[in-house]
Amino acid sequence: MEALFGKTLDELTQVAIELGLPKFTGKQLAEWLYQKDIRLIDEMTNLSKKNRDLLSQHYKFGLVEPTRVQESIDGTKKYLFPTLQNKFIETAMIPDDDRKTVCVSSQVGCKMGCLFCMTAKQGFQGQLSAGEIVNQIRSISERNEVTNIVYMGMGEPFDNLEQVLKSLEILTSEWGFAMSPRRITVSTIGIIPGMLTFLNNSEAHLAVSLHTPFDDERKRLMPVQVAYPIAEVVKEIKSWDFGRQRRVSFEYIVFKGLNDSPKHVTELARLLNGIKCRINLIRFHPIPGTPLEGTDEQTLQLFKDKLNDKGILTTVRASRGQDIYAACGLLSTKELLGKGNSVQFG
Amino acid sequence: MPKAEEYRNSSITLKEVIITGNEEVSPGVHLISWKREQNFIPGQVVKITIDQSVAPRIYSVCSGNSEAEIRVLFNVKEDGILTPRLSGVIPGMKIWASNPYGSFKDYGNPAWWIATGTGIAPFYSMFRSGISENKTLIHGARYLNQFYFEDELEWALGDKYIRCCSQEQSCNVFPGRVTDYLNEQKSLPTDINYYLCGKALMVVEVRDLLISKGVPYENILAEIYF
Ligand SMILES: Cc1cc2nc3c(=O)[nH]c(=O)nc-3n(C[C@H](O)[C@H](O)[C@H](O)COP(=O)(O)OP(=O)(O)OC[C@H]3O[C@@H](n4cnc5c(N)ncnc54)[C@H](O)[C@@H]3O)c2cc1C
Ligand code: SF4
Repeated sequence: MEALFGKTLDELTQVAIELGLPKFTGKQLAEWLYQKDIRLIDEMTNLSKKNRDLLSQHYKFGLVEPTRVQESIDGTKKYLFPTLQNKFIETAMIPDDDRKTVCVSSQVGCKMGCLFCMTAKQGFQGQLSAGEIVNQIRSISERNEVTNIVYMGMGEPFDNLEQVLKSLEILTSEWGFAMSPRRITVSTIGIIPGMLTFLNNSEAHLAVSLHTPFDDERKRLMPVQVAYPIAEVVKEIKSWDFGRQRRVSFEYIVFKGLNDSPKHVTELARLLNGIKCRINLIRFHPIPGTPLEGTDEQTLQLFKDKLNDKGILTTVRASRGQDIYAACGLLSTKELLGKGNSVQFG
Repeated sequence: MPKAEEYRNSSITLKEVIITGNEEVSPGVHLISWKREQNFIPGQVVKITIDQSVAPRIYSVCSGNSEAEIRVLFNVKEDGILTPRLSGVIPGMKIWASNPYGSFKDYGNPAWWIATGTGIAPFYSMFRSGISENKTLIHGARYLNQFYFEDELEWALGDKYIRCCSQEQSCNVFPGRVTDYLNEQKSLPTDINYYLCGKALMVVEVRDLLISKGVPYENILAEIYF
């Protein structure tokens, strides 16, 4: 049965019209779905019993409970959600002083094959719907305390552009969660067409996974570089007016002896020259069989200082939830894939 | 979804080209062609769409760099947006295509080329451009009729052309996937380059396997058909 949760106001109004309900029922449905803490159509008490029954005959509410929750010693939580296609995704909730940031997944697995990423190892199993993306915020126990959302979980958001944009519409519209887009960041490895459409259609912040400014190195870390080189990604960003409120940042996992040298500082400064941005340095969390190593603390701090000296605002992101594999690059549901779910190469 | 017109603002523009051929080389797999008007490096890709309303998709060039035509090889995704329509083009029809671009190129050193499915395209382009010395080509497919260009490749590369078939058997064809083939090798050369092309999972599994067998990750270059 089709879910109501995940539909936009226009779609909900269409549902109402098709069922012969008043047009304004669409607005009422949106309020119940996105602004009130209920989970059943029968709880929509400003609709008549007859209309609720009619809705229930054709639609389900559509929320999905997590099937597992793990909590880290630092308070980070990792939620496991089943998807419509009988697969699984992970969501991280990272508390920090007065903030609660939810890191949502946009796909089951990922097609991008980054060398340093655990999600990459399971290949791609499917797209998430807008409802499944927003459900990761609506169905966790901290749902009423979420202050920030980052699209940095499993998958590449701009490889599922349509559903990601729809989820952003639901999160930021007055009729939806009414969240400020300034509290949402979408992270990409640089799928240029999707990135341009996102910049055109959303006000949320953009984060780009950079990891090295050098073409040859980046190709080996991130196969996407052969199709969408970082120089082209940056060129597009330079030509975009981000205004005063909207931010662009660059994510940079620091690998020992690979991308932590003075020449990287110089090249980063050259590449990002003219962009008002921030670099977030990320400690590498080793994954099984990886040939890569994280840089040591001293080099990390020095690298940060050198970038700041070059005038690029640079911070080091705190590692959170490492003990429950909720930290950056560690999300994976590979072990939960049944045999029948494995992907064919050919 | 993004509309084709949005790409006009980006650095890779599309222009109309006239289709000169459309051959179904295997069930559901097509090789389409149009006149070549610019030089390219074997391994590069083009963006294609059928009309302004469909966002372009990326395809590897599958022809030599001195041939008169540019060709691309694609398999039809039944529920896909572009490929079912692209499979119906006939000579004389116009489609939109970009100039070749991208940097998946062979650096000239001894190398193993590893592909699955239509991922053979960039390597066939390299081969048709005269690059084949010191190369071993390993092609994986589910069925025997998916070894595109096999007669020509077998003739030219001999035992440096290895076919791996996961669902059917035949003499001269390794029974199993490319990962099975690589796993069976007692040792792999660690001082050569490895080029991988195909779906994400193949690339990731082959890359992990090569690394576990001592190949430095710096020697592995991949193109993923995402
Ligand atoms: C660098 C690069 C090179 C490539 N080279 C080649 C090549 O040489 N040959 C080749 O055959 N392919 C190649 N590809 C893949 C190609 O670009 C297309 O992705 C492929 O042909 C499918 O196009 P399509 O429009 O038919 O399918 P699409 O419409 O893009 O759909 C692809 C798949 O996604 C599913 N899908 C579509 N929309 C949705 C949705 N909203 N929700 C859930 N699932 C959905 C469909 O069911 C389908 O199975 C390459 C890709 C890249 C990135
Ligand atoms: S880092 Fe992101 S884009 Fe790269 S493989 Fe992992 S999930 Fe995909």
